[in-house]
Amino acid sequence: MKKTVLRKPKGFIDVYKYKPGAEKDRTHYCPGCGHGILHKLIAEALEDLDLVDETILISPVGCSVFAYYYFDTGNFQAAHGRAPAVATAASRANPDKVVISYQGDGDLAAIGGNNILQAANRGENIAVFFVNNAIYGMTGGQMAPTTLEGQVTTTTPYGRNVDTDGYPIKMCEVLSQLTAPTYVERVSLHDAPHIRKARNAVRKALQNAKERKGFQFIEVLSSCPSGWKMDPVKSMEWIKEKMLPLYPLGVYRDKGEDAKITKRPVPVMEPAAVWEKLGISAEKDVDFPRGDVADEYKKMSIRVAGFGGQGIMVTGQALASVALEYGYNVSWLPSYGPEMRGGTANCSVNIQDGTIGAAEAVKPSMLLAMNRPSLEKFEGSVMPGGTLLYNSTLIDIKPERTDIKVFAVPITGIADDELGNIRVQSLVNIGAYAAITGMFRVEDVITLLPKLFKGRKQAIIDLNAKAVKAGFNYVKDNF
Amino acid sequence: MTDAKYPRAEVNLDKCKGCGLCIAACPVNVLVESPKLNSRGYHYAEYTGSGCIGCGNCFYSCPEPDAIIVYLKNYNPDEEV
Amino acid sequence: MARMLMKGNYAAVYGAAMAGCTAYYGYPITPASEVAESAAALFPKLGRTFVQAESEVSAINMVYGAAGSGQRVMTGSSGPGISLKMEGISYCAGAALPCVIVDIMRGGPGLGNIGPEQSDYNQVVKGGGHGNYRNIVLAPNCCQEMCDYTMLAFELADKYRTPVFVLTDGVIGQMMESVTIPEPVKELPDKSDYAVFGTPLNKNLVNSIYIDHDDLEWWNMELLKKYQVIEENEVMFEEYMMDDAEIVVIGYGSVSRVLRTAVDNARANGVKLGLFRPITLFPFPGKEIAALPARGVKHILTVELSTGQMVDDVNLALSGVIKSDLYFRLGGNVPSADEITDKISELYGEVK
Repeated sequence: MKKTVLRKPKGFIDVYKYKPGAEKDRTHYCPGCGHGILHKLIAEALEDLDLVDETILISPVGCSVFAYYYFDTGNFQAAHGRAPAVATAASRANPDKVVISYQGDGDLAAIGGNNILQAANRGENIAVFFVNNAIYGMTGGQMAPTTLEGQVTTTTPYGRNVDTDGYPIKMCEVLSQLTAPTYVERVSLHDAPHIRKARNAVRKALQNAKERKGFQFIEVLSSCPSGWKMDPVKSMEWIKEKMLPLYPLGVYRDKGEDAKITKRPVPVMEPAAVWEKLGISAEKDVDFPRGDVADEYKKMSIRVAGFGGQGIMVTGQALASVALEYGYNVSWLPSYGPEMRGGTANCSVNIQDGTIGAAEAVKPSMLLAMNRPSLEKFEGSVMPGGTLLYNSTLIDIKPERTDIKVFAVPITGIADDELGNIRVQSLVNIGAYAAITGMFRVEDVITLLPKLFKGRKQAIIDLNAKAVKAGFNYVKDNF
Repeated sequence: MTDAKYPRAEVNLDKCKGCGLCIAACPVNVLVESPKLNSRGYHYAEYTGSGCIGCGNCFYSCPEPDAIIVYLKNYNPDEEV
Repeated sequence: MARMLMKGNYAAVYGAAMAGCTAYYGYPITPASEVAESAAALFPKLGRTFVQAESEVSAINMVYGAAGSGQRVMTGSSGPGISLKMEGISYCAGAALPCVIVDIMRGGPGLGNIGPEQSDYNQVVKGGGHGNYRNIVLAPNCCQEMCDYTMLAFELADKYRTPVFVLTDGVIGQMMESVTIPEPVKELPDKSDYAVFGTPLNKNLVNSIYIDHDDLEWWNMELLKKYQVIEENEVMFEEYMMDDAEIVVIGYGSVSRVLRTAVDNARANGVKLGLFRPITLFPFPGKEIAALPARGVKHILTVELSTGQMVDDVNLALSGVIKSDLYFRLGGNVPSADEITDKISELYGEVK
């Protein structure tokens, strides 16, 4: 509908209720401030595009920290530079809403430089309005990343020196190097014709946002009469003379009809569906019946140790996984810290009824030593009366302890020579453990193999079944 | 110049901060800085009373949401809700 | 089949999923990376949001955005990352936004190492960022509790509109135990009174600015009252062999498990040793610890994986009636049960 009157747009709150003090009918901005002009363009577009009730606006830190006083939208106030991060989450949570990140140059291009870069790179479905006035206004006129070379600010009292302060950052140019952004344009507020161009850009960005067309970025060259210590009209001339040559106006990116429409999934929340999607069955867990386990094996604290690559971690996890199915409490703790990057590996497994205390098997009731260094390192730690199961293929020394039970099993040999695959050592271990302790039945372990080797080929599962049997039989036949 | 009632610019004297941007933006120079001060101590802008062409430059140049209203040529007060 | 063997880091995310958490924003760091990895694995299956943020700071500010949007939201990290997150946590506290942060503590200061420590106690339990605020802090000591307390953390976060930490160390994060997955929550709380949805009837503001001095003082007093209610109502702790204990060891998280074994060993030798384990670190079970001397406890030994952070709260509670001794290990080293009983013998001459 054609306008017949230009007045305070409905994108603004009628009475600025969040603004403290008496003046709830006017802004906190200084006379001639560009923020007010841009606010009006946004508020008008929100009204004209029917977005007032469909928009969430993120206020930054800077002079526009109080943007939420004015916009009749849902409002966030964000930490300095973080508006794109907050906008990211607000947009993900409300994918059908228009989310605006309104930011100044210090906020966006300095402290929040990475936040805007990464939000742009993700192609977040947000519209960013970036006010570039080449200075920090709120804190009293310090250098901004966009401050011009030679420009005097309170922190560049001798003028910005590019050798020490670097060069003004051109955000449109930077962001238009990325693949994801849909629309990137730089506009200026320095005179009425340019304000009209800015108005068109604002409307286009918000129309795109309404159509969920991804990342919209409008850089607005704007005045800061207070910070620049200039009267408002002169400030506009300064934009034209000083800023325009450095910050060329124009469209830096416009994907037009090629813009992707942002789609977000609908969260699954219904309890039964949640379990189903995660593969959790509501059926009660049924424990395997336990066999006869000698008292000494009813509370196991096991150290599994060897070279990395010998299946040390897998052996430990398999022990815990199988014991779990008999209703035991179990814990598995990897050697964790610098050692995990080195050549040796060990883990601790506890299997018992009742609460498990210390997770590390400092004084194990069983040591499963897969190589000689592990035997040498941990033999002394085995509790008196405990059990040592060692890999006699690779360990050519005899254990020293006489107060423990010793099972020498050629684990590597069984896997490599007998079964033809060295990688099944872990399940040879499980078979040997089952034979020694009586805690697991071979057929139960074999039943569990498809679960333990989920997604692996049947041939692998079959080979591991043989490994369990081989380890079990070796112990039964030899001890 | 026209003497018709509309278009017409109307400055809300109290909300004007006297920045002068509307005056600079007016292509027909019908906005002027008042010699008087408003309640906040600004020399507010005022419409001379005739000659507005309804271009809206003043409205879009003004940083205050509610300091200027521009009634366009086809404005009809009876249609206001 | 709700019973599974899983790492503590995974268990926390299962708990979150069951609690109706719909968004995870995080950044990788050892030994907490599996928290993010498991969210990356599970959340897409549920149509929920997982974003690997560009930084810890960004991640926590995304959490702020999601919490302000009314979502149950979570992040996870470890020491150095938690330090970075303090900005956003302060904003969440200031804006009264509920969120859950899992901290799998590692060695510090600086880059330290990736071994288990409890060196984040002060920064997490005392607030950590700028301003007068506290976080509710739950300290699980096993994988089941990682799941259950993460779920509880969401309830507490919403109940009090405040950040809640699940604080543990690399041992609990990295170890695997059997975890029975709880049933998913059926209903989520209505947050339309404060959350921003961007709808005609919802024009809320999420904000931590109170520019007027009186307004900010008022708001701080409101927060203070909230923390007092939390202290009144939400204290959790566990006692083991405490009925006749003359010596008590105090420890949380993975340390409490070592202490439990030490108690078993000491009891086998006839020593009347008991374990007091704080489960909530804020609110701290100070009243219960203050009552120990009157229950016949003669000696208290606090054990930590830090040079003594929680022990300050223990001694504050004891008010000098008796003083807690301190034993600690650092740098990723974890004390054995024997070390604890040896220390007790050395200090109190009553073991062995």
